[in-house]
Amino acid sequence: MNNKKIVLGVIGADVHAVGNKILAYAFEKAGFKVINLGVMVSQEEYIKAAIETGADAILVSSLYGHGELDCRGLREKCKEAGIGDILLYVGGNLVVGKTPFEEVKQKFLDMGFNKVYPPGTLPDISIKDLKEDLGVND
Amino acid sequence: MEAVLLIDFGSTYTKVTAVDLENKAIIGTSKAFTTIESDICEGLNNALDKLKSQHKDLSIKEMFACSSAAGGLRMVAIGLVPDLTAEAAKRAALSAGAKVMKVFSYELNESEAEEIENIRPDIILLTGGTDGGNKEVILHNAKILASLETKAPIIIAGNKSVQEKVADILSEKEITICENVMPELDVLNIESARLAIREVFLRRIVYAKGLSKVKDLIEGIIMPTPSAVLAAAKLLGEGTKKEKGIGDLIVVDVGGATTDIHSVAEGLPSKGGVLLKGLPEPFVKRTVEGDLGVRYSADALVCTCGIDELLNKAELSEDQINEYQQFIKANPGYITDSDEIFGKFDFGLASLAVKNATKRHVGTIETHYTPFGATYVQTGKDLTTVRNIIGTGGPIINCKRAKEVLKESLFDPLEPTVLKPMRGKIFIDSKYIFAAMGLLAVKYPDIALSIMKNEIKLILEVD
Repeated sequence: MNNKKIVLGVIGADVHAVGNKILAYAFEKAGFKVINLGVMVSQEEYIKAAIETGADAILVSSLYGHGELDCRGLREKCKEAGIGDILLYVGGNLVVGKTPFEEVKQKFLDMGFNKVYPPGTLPDISIKDLKEDLGVND
Repeated sequence: MEAVLLIDFGSTYTKVTAVDLENKAIIGTSKAFTTIESDICEGLNNALDKLKSQHKDLSIKEMFACSSAAGGLRMVAIGLVPDLTAEAAKRAALSAGAKVMKVFSYELNESEAEEIENIRPDIILLTGGTDGGNKEVILHNAKILASLETKAPIIIAGNKSVQEKVADILSEKEITICENVMPELDVLNIESARLAIREVFLRRIVYAKGLSKVKDLIEGIIMPTPSAVLAAAKLLGEGTKKEKGIGDLIVVDVGGATTDIHSVAEGLPSKGGVLLKGLPEPFVKRTVEGDLGVRYSADALVCTCGIDELLNKAELSEDQINEYQQFIKANPGYITDSDEIFGKFDFGLASLAVKNATKRHVGTIETHYTPFGATYVQTGKDLTTVRNIIGTGGPIINCKRAKEVLKESLFDPLEPTVLKPMRGKIFIDSKYIFAAMGLLAVKYPDIALSIMKNEIKLILEVD
């Protein structure tokens, strides 16, 4: 265990449960304490969970293409709730259609996310990034 | 005749119930005014004398008592996030039979500190943060509490990582440390706090409430009355090792100041494909609605539900309602059989109390339309499959139209998202023995169950 806590969940009306379970498993194996909210998580639920548990990062997944709508304003709400500096990661099929990933990435970075991942990213990559961002040494 | 005596020190009446253990039957009941200012034994003896005058050969073997006198067990609950630890703290207090005066969340400010001082709670429950979670807020709130003048015992049930620090800050106060009410996110762990509240109640509050004088007379447990009612509900639903209970149930207890709903049921989704959200629900759940009483809080009830609803239910004019509203404020103890309009008015109040209190107690279901079709999200308990509803409390027991009042606790097609029972049997606790049986159950659960099954009358079956 590295004593770092993450809040994990699939945002909005999205019910893709499998990837969520895989991520929870992978991050736990990597030594994180995972607070998994499962599917259909609202922005408020992420924030409330992060406050109560004193989490270090919020990891948002979205598979059904409505990610942009669902994620809008999350950073602002975090600021309002007193956890403005928390790390926000997002990944999945974030938009519908064939928008190049670089554009998508920029959009989410502008929305206040710290890391944005394209579809098919393996958990190892985001685990490595998170450890770096949180200063965890293996 | 050897009897066990069960005493309920209420704020107005001291009620006694004598039970014949051998024949598993109620010998008799009586009541007298509670005398908490002078000597609480006086009221008890008056009630006892009345009972003895009807049953000459009564010899009392044991006594058990519960109390809601002197305002009941008044508590303040403090947590971090309103939906999370603050809600968990509230539930812990309610499950211990307390009257939750107010729930506070996040960092307490000065005016809230003053409010706590003014509420003059009997016990303060301090929580906040999951284990290993947020530490700052509970530490801050402990400092605020430490600066207060209140002598109320404080129960600490927050983040275990700072338990000792919190205890240090509050070292001038009387404190009890117990397990976190929410050790992990969305994991409810209220049993330890419930027992701590009960222990503090026995050790300290009993003295403060003038009950110490009777303590020597009573071998058994003294508990807050709501906790006795909750114990009875659980027993009737679950049964004992020897005898089965009647299954999942809801107890509707309408009172002058509050309406309490107790449910004994898992409340899991009754249909497939439903997603559960929110805090897990306790199997035995109690909710208390302070704005839905029919006497002391009648004004609040009318305000909450709207006068139009009351006009419809009671079939009275607005003037009549205003008039009676003023009248019961001045005479909260008034009961009559002769005044028909008053009867209608009272029926209206009780109906609205039952309708809204059960609505708030049960869970709701929402439909979400996703790109994959509709999904259903349930929050709270699904009680649509519960088939037993039991009414208790003076305003229901004395009401001539109790059937209609209790029917308000059933599913309403106009509110399809509110998960009330679809149909079932409606019973009434006509002898008002629920609290007494909860007390008896501490030592004699089988007898209490058997008496309840006999005494609680089926009044209506709704298909």
